[in-house]
Amino acid sequence: MRLINQSPARPAAIVLMILPFAALAIAYAVGSEIRLAANPQDKLLPAPSQIWDTAVRLFTEGDRRTGRILLWYDTGASLGRLAIGVAISALSALVFGMAIGMLPYARRTLGGFVGVISMVPPLAILPILFIIFGLGEVSKVALIVVGITPVMIRDLSARTLEIPREMIVKAETLGASSAVIALRVVLPQILPRLISSIRLSLGPAWLFLIAAEAIAAQLGLGYRIFLVRRYLAMDVILTYVIWITLLAFVMDYALRLLARKAFPWTEAAL
Amino acid sequence: MPTRKTLAATALGAVLTAGLLAPAVQAQEKTDFKIAWTIYAGWMPWGYIQDSGIMDKWAAKYDLDIEVVQLNDYIESINQYTAGAFDGVTATTMDALSIPAGGGVDSTALIIGDYSDGNDAIIAKSDIGLGDLAGMPVNLVELSVSHYLLARALESAELSERDLGGVINTSDADMIAAYQTQDVEVVVTWNPLVEAIMEGGDAHKIYDSSDIPGEIIDALFVSTEVLEANPDFGKALTGAWYETMALMDSGTPEGDEALSAMAEAAGTDLAGYKRQLAATAMFYTPGAAKDFTEGAALPDTMVSVAEFLFDKGILGEGAPGADFVGVAYPDGSTTGDAGNVNMRFDTTYVTMAAEGAL
Repeated sequence: MRLINQSPARPAAIVLMILPFAALAIAYAVGSEIRLAANPQDKLLPAPSQIWDTAVRLFTEGDRRTGRILLWYDTGASLGRLAIGVAISALSALVFGMAIGMLPYARRTLGGFVGVISMVPPLAILPILFIIFGLGEVSKVALIVVGITPVMIRDLSARTLEIPREMIVKAETLGASSAVIALRVVLPQILPRLISSIRLSLGPAWLFLIAAEAIAAQLGLGYRIFLVRRYLAMDVILTYVIWITLLAFVMDYALRLLARKAFPWTEAAL
Repeated sequence: MPTRKTLAATALGAVLTAGLLAPAVQAQEKTDFKIAWTIYAGWMPWGYIQDSGIMDKWAAKYDLDIEVVQLNDYIESINQYTAGAFDGVTATTMDALSIPAGGGVDSTALIIGDYSDGNDAIIAKSDIGLGDLAGMPVNLVELSVSHYLLARALESAELSERDLGGVINTSDADMIAAYQTQDVEVVVTWNPLVEAIMEGGDAHKIYDSSDIPGEIIDALFVSTEVLEANPDFGKALTGAWYETMALMDSGTPEGDEALSAMAEAAGTDLAGYKRQLAATAMFYTPGAAKDFTEGAALPDTMVSVAEFLFDKGILGEGAPGADFVGVAYPDGSTTGDAGNVNMRFDTTYVTMAAEGAL
């Protein structure tokens, strides 16, 4: 039998799924063991038990000076920035994407512009964003927006253009105005795509958030990682990395559930 | 069965990765050494020592091979040293206490090159006093010597960090751009950034490291284990350093040529580099370095640095108190935990240099 026709049975599939995670954990534990045997105070690869202790402490104990549990404040600050940035991006992507996809005048005006703008590497213009928006919250949100909006607009306008022309013409023959077509024909078909577009943009959005927090901040997940990097506190860094990964995974999963519940007919496309 | 093969391959991969993650850190007699340095007025000689062949000359004298490597990122260079990729690194005593020593890597301050005498400064956009800092936001590289300088300045004005309008961690790479923005009022940073910011017009130095002379100390740290197993490594480095110091301090055309080369490497000109050196208390002779290292002030400074580090939580998880890491001094005395000495000030090699015994 050909390899391409063999697929694992259910228990084997679960084992296979866990395998790379287990391999990574074992590799880490072995590496950590070797380094700690040479130097019990080694900070580079702390023992898994030490990471666990640190994680428990970070999640439950307050800061020595202020008594606040910094991890929750960091999470709140970062998620706030991320939510505002992604919300602004999603909304403008929806509006401009639909306009570019539906209206030839908007397409001629903005299509090329968005195409060019989406090629600007956002991190390269970070110093300019700083000068314009200052070092505060605005520039951090702005970096996320500048980073992910153009690509989302391109994605949504392309999807709008893919809507069969016949469908639009049929709506027109039924007497629908442009506004009605936008709301009743295009929007329902675009919304599921918006959610998958957000899901795909979350990765870059986190990247831009952490980059912005690394440069100037008082609070935030990226800020903390870049701060403790100064004294090689890998136990703290790893806890934060795992926490960020978990948050990102949960967000992605929640968006998938939302899409499945709200737009059951498009599940195949997601 | 493909599953079994996959298992075997993954296990093999895991073992290989573990091997990569854990380079053996072992001290033994060897002939190849690497030290890392980064851009700073007091460390520019290291680049010159490598490029001019002085290092090769001294290494050849002891039949060694020593490579002096410039890294772009200061903290990364110390992390690399702590991880075992280098045998030595240029660092301030404060960062050496928190990163390698706090991380259990026993380090010896082989050569104390200088202390900052104005290179680190608090700069405000308006002509204010230290007392006016209350309520103002301050941008700096958190947990760095800048943070320490700020803490000392606030102490002298009887303020605490809580009285400020916030401390905003700002990358040194973006410090100059940050200073141009509206909402930044006060920055703490070091040269050559200080000089670049001061050129901008409305900048006022309100406190600098010449107010706390001898506290921000720049040195070359080497692994104590490596040094003990290879004393010639220490001799070659010390010899090369003081030959270069003598050249820099000679006032001869050759000396100026060396300084010009260092200035160029630092991105400035001879006059600019001389200005930076004026804010750096260089120990041009081994005798001066020896006197400073054996001086009575050093233990007090290290204790106050350790207290600052503990207060900011920098000494790490295993640190129950400010005296968790022990520091040994040339006369054999220690501060901190004598059972956990991970940082040593040793004048054996500078003494040899002073006596011309290298």
